[in-house]
Amino acid sequence: MDATPDTVRSSPADPHAEEFPSTPPVGGAGKRPHVTIRGLSKRFGRTVIYDDFDLDLPRGELISVFGPNGCGKSTLINMIAGLIPVDSGRILFDGMLLSEIKFGYVFQNYREALFPWMRAFDNIAYPLKLMKVPAAERKAKTEALVERLGVKIDLSMYPYQMSGGQQQLVSIMRSLVVEPEILFLDEPFSALDYEMTLFMREQLQKLFVESGTTMVLVSHDLEEAVYLADRVLLLSRHPARVADFVPVNVPRPRGDETLSDPEFVRLKAHCLEVFQREVRRG
Amino acid sequence: MIRRLDAFLPLVGVVALLAFWSLVSARGWVDPVLLPSPAATFKAFWSGMDGGALGFDFVKTVYRTTMATVIAAVIAIPLGIMLGSSERLYRSLEFVIDFFRSTPASAMFPLFLVLFGVGDETKISVAAFGAILVILFNVAYGVMNARKTRLLAAKVMGASRLRVLFDVMLRESLPQTFVGLRNGVSLALVIIVVAEMFIGSQDGLGHSVFEAQQLFDMPRMYAAIAAAGALGYGLNLLFLTIERRFVHWSGK
Repeated sequence: MDATPDTVRSSPADPHAEEFPSTPPVGGAGKRPHVTIRGLSKRFGRTVIYDDFDLDLPRGELISVFGPNGCGKSTLINMIAGLIPVDSGRILFDGMLLSEIKFGYVFQNYREALFPWMRAFDNIAYPLKLMKVPAAERKAKTEALVERLGVKIDLSMYPYQMSGGQQQLVSIMRSLVVEPEILFLDEPFSALDYEMTLFMREQLQKLFVESGTTMVLVSHDLEEAVYLADRVLLLSRHPARVADFVPVNVPRPRGDETLSDPEFVRLKAHCLEVFQREVRRG
Repeated sequence: MIRRLDAFLPLVGVVALLAFWSLVSARGWVDPVLLPSPAATFKAFWSGMDGGALGFDFVKTVYRTTMATVIAAVIAIPLGIMLGSSERLYRSLEFVIDFFRSTPASAMFPLFLVLFGVGDETKISVAAFGAILVILFNVAYGVMNARKTRLLAAKVMGASRLRVLFDVMLRESLPQTFVGLRNGVSLALVIIVVAEMFIGSQDGLGHSVFEAQQLFDMPRMYAAIAAAGALGYGLNLLFLTIERRFVHWSGK
């Protein structure tokens, strides 16, 4: 990772110094990268979170981000999604800027992310309203999404009348209604109880298989990270480096039996080993 | 059976108070000149409200309190939103707002008398002055304390600053705005009643209480106090009802 050729680095002052999509992928993904991150640096006060960080995220995969506490997992997706500014570096999506693409973001705190003054249906349709889609079309598109995902919730309820899992499902649907090219999820299930978490994992897997959208999921639960992912991004303590980028070649749809699948168990053990090595290094 | 009776629990206090009051006046524990019987008070209340002077005074006080609150809301809500949406602007004016919010509005009577003379304008404007600061403070805090995640969520969906202000911040500030309105209308009523007592007033509940006391017409005085109490309670209830209707998500 650290041996990235100098040619890949770019100076922010000269955006046309190189063709981004043609640079060699970083992280060994092999596929044509969807997201290209080069020379990313970020510090909070005196703490360097990222220092000249390079990474490629492959298209159409579900990527779990896992690492020690405070290593900058959420910071990474927040910077990619433009929620917090980068100090330096470039993040491109198929060579385009964030402002040129459609993306979705799912917050951990669904209670505060949804709008309690709107019914669930209007919450889901709200991003379309921002895109100035006419009311009739908004309704049709939202209904089509609900139909396609097979969601059986009474969407005329207000968010505060729903269970936590239902609210987070509404929140995820709100991020999918614009047909995003990429979806970011920041610990989406960590505020839910275990039963609901298991149910929501299945829902997310279904949504992923159904939509094929590139998804980046921050998780603090290793089993969940491996179970859901096509590839697990393991980060080191800050300044964060890629400790490993592990492909998870376990067939979908995955279910309870996946948890005892030898390959799954092996990958999980490997990820845990890398994680613990990084923790001890701290 | 017992559960069904629970609905009548709020009446227990009322009945107990009336029973105690009847007992005290029947036994003559307190001079009847100072505390008339409940019956005499209710008679004074009823005859006063039913086409009598009390009804006229009541309407006058309702009019003044409403005017003061409406004026205060019209000025304070947009101003509060402006101040709240820029934390730096609010911080620069915070001391001034807090200072005048802490100044008893009654201390401003003489000044407003000079400005507006002895009429409704003075009473209404002093009450509005007091209510403005209370409402302003609450609206500004409501806007400032809008949930950060909710603002981020709107921003990440591509909402412009203006959109965020109207679609999120305004809605977010509504519960706190209603707290301000309820406090504002209560304060306005207090100021109006006091103003009606002292500044050359000819009518209003404050005037009614004061005049009855001067004439030692105690049933009428208690009736006027009860009317003022009912008005205060009613206004609070009115705002609570509106709030529940339009800010259904408040506290959830």
